[in-house]
Amino acid sequence: MPSPSSSDRPQRGRRSLRQRLHLGRGTVAGIPLLWLGLFFGLPFLIIARISLSEVVIGLPPYSSLVDWTAAGLLEVRINFGNFLLLVQDSLYLDAFENSLRVAAVSTLLCLLLGYPMALGITRVREGLRVPLLMLVILPFWTSFLIRVYAWIGILKGNGLINNFLLWLGVIDQPLHLLHSDFAVYLGIVYAYLPFMVLPLYATLSKMDESLLEAAADLGCRPLCAFWRVTVPLSLPGIIAGSLLVFVPAVGEFVIPDLLGGPDTLMIGKVLWTEFFNNRDWPVAASVAVALLALLVVPVLLFERFREKEQT
Amino acid sequence: MRTRRPMLVFSLLAFGYAFLYAPIVSLIVFSFNESRLVTVWAGFSTKWYSALMHNEQLLGAAWVSLRIAVMNATLAVILGTLAGTALVRFGRFRGRSALALMIGAPLVMPDVILGLASLLLFVAMEQLIGWPTGRGMTTITIAHVTFSMAYVAVIVQSRLVRLDPSLEEAALDLGAWPWKVFFVITLPLIAPALAAGWLLAFTLSLDDLVIASFTSGPGASTLPMVVYSSVRLGVSPEINALATVLVLLVTIGIVIAGISMQRRAKHS
Repeated sequence: MPSPSSSDRPQRGRRSLRQRLHLGRGTVAGIPLLWLGLFFGLPFLIIARISLSEVVIGLPPYSSLVDWTAAGLLEVRINFGNFLLLVQDSLYLDAFENSLRVAAVSTLLCLLLGYPMALGITRVREGLRVPLLMLVILPFWTSFLIRVYAWIGILKGNGLINNFLLWLGVIDQPLHLLHSDFAVYLGIVYAYLPFMVLPLYATLSKMDESLLEAAADLGCRPLCAFWRVTVPLSLPGIIAGSLLVFVPAVGEFVIPDLLGGPDTLMIGKVLWTEFFNNRDWPVAASVAVALLALLVVPVLLFERFREKEQT
Repeated sequence: MRTRRPMLVFSLLAFGYAFLYAPIVSLIVFSFNESRLVTVWAGFSTKWYSALMHNEQLLGAAWVSLRIAVMNATLAVILGTLAGTALVRFGRFRGRSALALMIGAPLVMPDVILGLASLLLFVAMEQLIGWPTGRGMTTITIAHVTFSMAYVAVIVQSRLVRLDPSLEEAALDLGAWPWKVFFVITLPLIAPALAAGWLLAFTLSLDDLVIASFTSGPGASTLPMVVYSSVRLGVSPEINALATVLVLLVTIGIVIAGISMQRRAKHS
């Protein structure tokens, strides 16, 4: 459409302006909607569909749900076997339970380590805060895989910690540190610590200092002021940070795979193994559906609830 | 309270930063180790760096990763900016809650699910419409854009919310078309957010192992995929050398970004 000259705009332009605005807005919102609908929304329908089919040998290795039989009958075959398997085989339930436990404990440890750090950064002089925050973020920009890899060298049988302890004479046999649950906790806390510190710092730095002075004037000792003023006020940061650590930790694959032992069961690793090693796409899809229902949907609902409460 | 316990604050911070940096420092130190055993010091050497320079597989994978990351970051910034603008500036419209959901969901989605979902889509599409034929850089890029555009949209949203709307309104009142207002007024104002979003999308893509493993095909191995398969076989000083190079590049990048941000702040 040619752009109208300024003289005829009031008469002719009015309606076309509206239309063009509408069209423009439709394009701006429509392109990302289309992309996400196609590459993000649609795949979940496919996952749901494949979780209800059977594994077959072929490409793709799953059966179709709807078939025309030779007699001209439309045959619908829905297989709930994969979900039954998830409930009946203790492997999957154990893996779920274990993932939730590992993620919860790691989140707590992150909070215990991250809170003092975030609080500490708010207490140093102004000019130091940004550099200190940068130093928290810097490891995040380096490769995640390589940060996990670093711990292998530190924890393994002839690694740094064992060599040091042997040299000190504290132990005479190397400790079994790598390929253990301990290593998984350590790896998750290490990898996700920045995600805890940043939201905590954001809420703590916005806190009004005079509240602490008021508490002190009213006879509250520093520790009491911390529990009754600082912690409640930083609750939004605690919740945000905990979600940012807990949610990805539940589905984590790399850390339990590289640092965990053969008996470290986590659901992300189970899904990976089903898909890549057992080539059982339907079971992998049903693990994904279960993980979505148990983790992602509750978190999204919770976020939505929190947003509504804030506005 | 703020000056009474400087020692406590200092020691807590020192412990936290030691925890964050000790592993990285140990990686760097042992990249200069003569011995193949990563943790036993046998003298200074840079031979692992020259080995790295001649590792065709790692260099090839790095090139693949770099191309995917640049494509991904560029597309994610375009799509994320459109989505962020629609969510902040258009009020209520049809499809708004669907868009908001699909922007929020990738941020809390485990990557094993995202990877599996994308792969199953590509397989189904290939069966139905014959595209994409096989999997490789294109499919990895599409999967990466889908989750990293959500991060860009969030960054753009938070910048747009804080932007003073009166500038845009003034331009509209003066008769500028909305698209012109966007390119002349809004875009320069949100440029820092776009740069931050581009860098974040770039890093997310460069760093991703899980989604790339699901959506790649033969001949398209990204750097994390090659590093992962070599790490699984055990520690290797070449990976230490690679880590040192990456840390160095990131540090230089962040220092430059920090200095330019401070300069900008001083000028304005």
